[in-house]
Amino acid sequence: MNRTLKQRIGTALVGLALIAGAPLASAKEVVKIAFLAPLTGAVSADGIGGRNSAELAVKLHNADPKSKYEFQLVALDDECKPSVGVQVATKASADPSIMAVIGSYCSAATIAMVPVFIRFDVPVVVWAAVLPEITYGQKTDNINRVSTTLINQNRVAAKFMTKDQHYKRWAAIYDTTDYGKSMFKYFDKFLKEEGGTMLASFGVPPDQQDLTAVLTKIKELNPEVIYFGGLTPLGVRILKQMDQLGIKAQFQGTSGMVGPSFIQGAGASLAEGVVAMYDMKPVEELPGGKFFLEEYKKAGYNEPFAAYGPYAYSATTLVMDTIEKTGPDRAKIRAALRKTKDYEAIVGKISFDDYGQNTNPTTTKYIVQDGQFIDWDKSEYATGKRKLKGR
Amino acid sequence: MDIGFLAQYVLSGVMLGVVYAMVAVGFTLYFGVLDVINFSHGDVLTSGAFVSLATYLGLRAMGIESPAVLLAVMLLAGLGAMALLGVLVAKFFVLPLRHAPPFITLLITLMVGVALRESIRLFYPSGSNPQSFPAVLPNTPYHWGHLIVRLDTIILIVTGLAVIALVNLFINRTRAGLAIRAVAQDGETAKIMGINFEWVVLLAFALGSALAALAGVMNGLYYNEINFGTGLMLGIIGFCAAVVGGLGNIYGAILGGFLFALLQTIVVVATPSLTAYKDVFAFGVIILLMVVKPTGLIGEASSERV
Repeated sequence: MNRTLKQRIGTALVGLALIAGAPLASAKEVVKIAFLAPLTGAVSADGIGGRNSAELAVKLHNADPKSKYEFQLVALDDECKPSVGVQVATKASADPSIMAVIGSYCSAATIAMVPVFIRFDVPVVVWAAVLPEITYGQKTDNINRVSTTLINQNRVAAKFMTKDQHYKRWAAIYDTTDYGKSMFKYFDKFLKEEGGTMLASFGVPPDQQDLTAVLTKIKELNPEVIYFGGLTPLGVRILKQMDQLGIKAQFQGTSGMVGPSFIQGAGASLAEGVVAMYDMKPVEELPGGKFFLEEYKKAGYNEPFAAYGPYAYSATTLVMDTIEKTGPDRAKIRAALRKTKDYEAIVGKISFDDYGQNTNPTTTKYIVQDGQFIDWDKSEYATGKRKLKGR
Repeated sequence: MDIGFLAQYVLSGVMLGVVYAMVAVGFTLYFGVLDVINFSHGDVLTSGAFVSLATYLGLRAMGIESPAVLLAVMLLAGLGAMALLGVLVAKFFVLPLRHAPPFITLLITLMVGVALRESIRLFYPSGSNPQSFPAVLPNTPYHWGHLIVRLDTIILIVTGLAVIALVNLFINRTRAGLAIRAVAQDGETAKIMGINFEWVVLLAFALGSALAALAGVMNGLYYNEINFGTGLMLGIIGFCAAVVGGLGNIYGAILGGFLFALLQTIVVVATPSLTAYKDVFAFGVIILLMVVKPTGLIGEASSERV
């Protein structure tokens, strides 16, 4: 008796609370969007930076009184692993309350998600992965990408290193994921076109710690440049072990290692003079860069937004702005996203081609100077005050 | 091939072998005294390295600069903390399950390992990123033709070999070592002879875990980098080395460790284009060896199996 009374009172209270809270909560219709990123594991710094940036975009959007919908970001962790990626992609795609998926960072995980996305025909905007096949591997009506493919950065890199810097002999180390292999494939192709020589190439698993045997072999071959296609942790190891073995070659990286964690890992003095291509201008120079920097700082995140934060932010605003126009309907969102043309994002204008690929690649050459990745054209290396190894 | 490069390969192979052997010796110790496989061993190694790194950062923040003092306190903290951790793992996870099926212990230790690994990743500041490990050893490079050897590498190799030798001496020449061997041969009889069984098990776990911590610190000093997953592969390799050498036999563990390093290095030297498959090759050979000689290269005396 006493118990049922308590339960009734409880129910009544909950009901009251619901009624009282209702006007506040249901002022706008809530729309869910999923954000996929490696939130744990060795490259989680990039994933968390992206997640924070996407969250920031949602927060700012929701704070806007003119917006029709209130967005809710569902962040899922793919651990940079293809197997986990398929799971979370399925989870997000199969949930009818999720209107669009933004993801992911790692190419190896994202390419594994593609068939899932196609099967569920969910609207997707990839925010960071650069493997060409994600958009160009098949023609879909639902997969789009704001970041660019890795083709262009390798074209720019090959041309820059051969024609501008007059290097001739390379050795390459790449990680044995789809990402690393594809990086190497395109660089090797463009290098041959530019007349450079690839003396040898070594595929290593991304989590391998000891590279001394590989590097000793490279030392024996004596290349001028060591090309690296892979992500930050492996890049840090290679650079450190090159130093231990006294290898004097120039170190040339790719977009997957641009960011503060590379310098933090390798140390500023070792990282000095490392070249890498990355498909974005320095944040301060982006159209919305200053705004983004200020807002990110204001939001007070503990982690830096990392290399692809501005892309994550842009992908999220693009998805939200599209849904504002179409309403929460996957088919309409899908069609509207593909028609994106000259969308003003903080990274610049975004336009998708027939494959959903953003056609505004802005490959920028980066160099580490005094513990920071900076635009080559603004560095002391470009003016000749400092020089790359062997120049 | 140039003799300098050959020496360089040998040197890096030996360095790898020393670390593998140290990890393998730990596995063998646990198995020897208690017939358990302790899969948290690799993550204990990582934890030891992280404790030492945190100690280093703390000391630097206090303004201590002397490399000798730094190294001594780092080792003391890392090895001490892990010895204690080893004791705790043995006391609360392994000993209570002595009479349970062995796979339960195996699972428990596996989970302890995961918990350790994830704790580092979550609770150490930006623990998911690779951490720079300080080079506190003198790293003067010496050149002989194409061979470049840094003083720290020599110190590490010598230390590793010396520690393995010391552990061997400890097991074979001291009273405590005698007790460990007695328990390893026959726990029940050892108890009847007045040996404190629990004490011996705890000692073996403390010793094995401290050894893992030392391997972790050495690994960090050599590669100047540690990450929360450092111990994962080292644990697997160390375990394989211990098994292929003959679980429970300290010489077998050492042999297994060096064998694995040799296999990995050979692939890179002989077939550069197949570097990606070096682990496939190394583990493949290990599988073959296990099929041919399931008791390990230096098989245990069969008495224990009776």
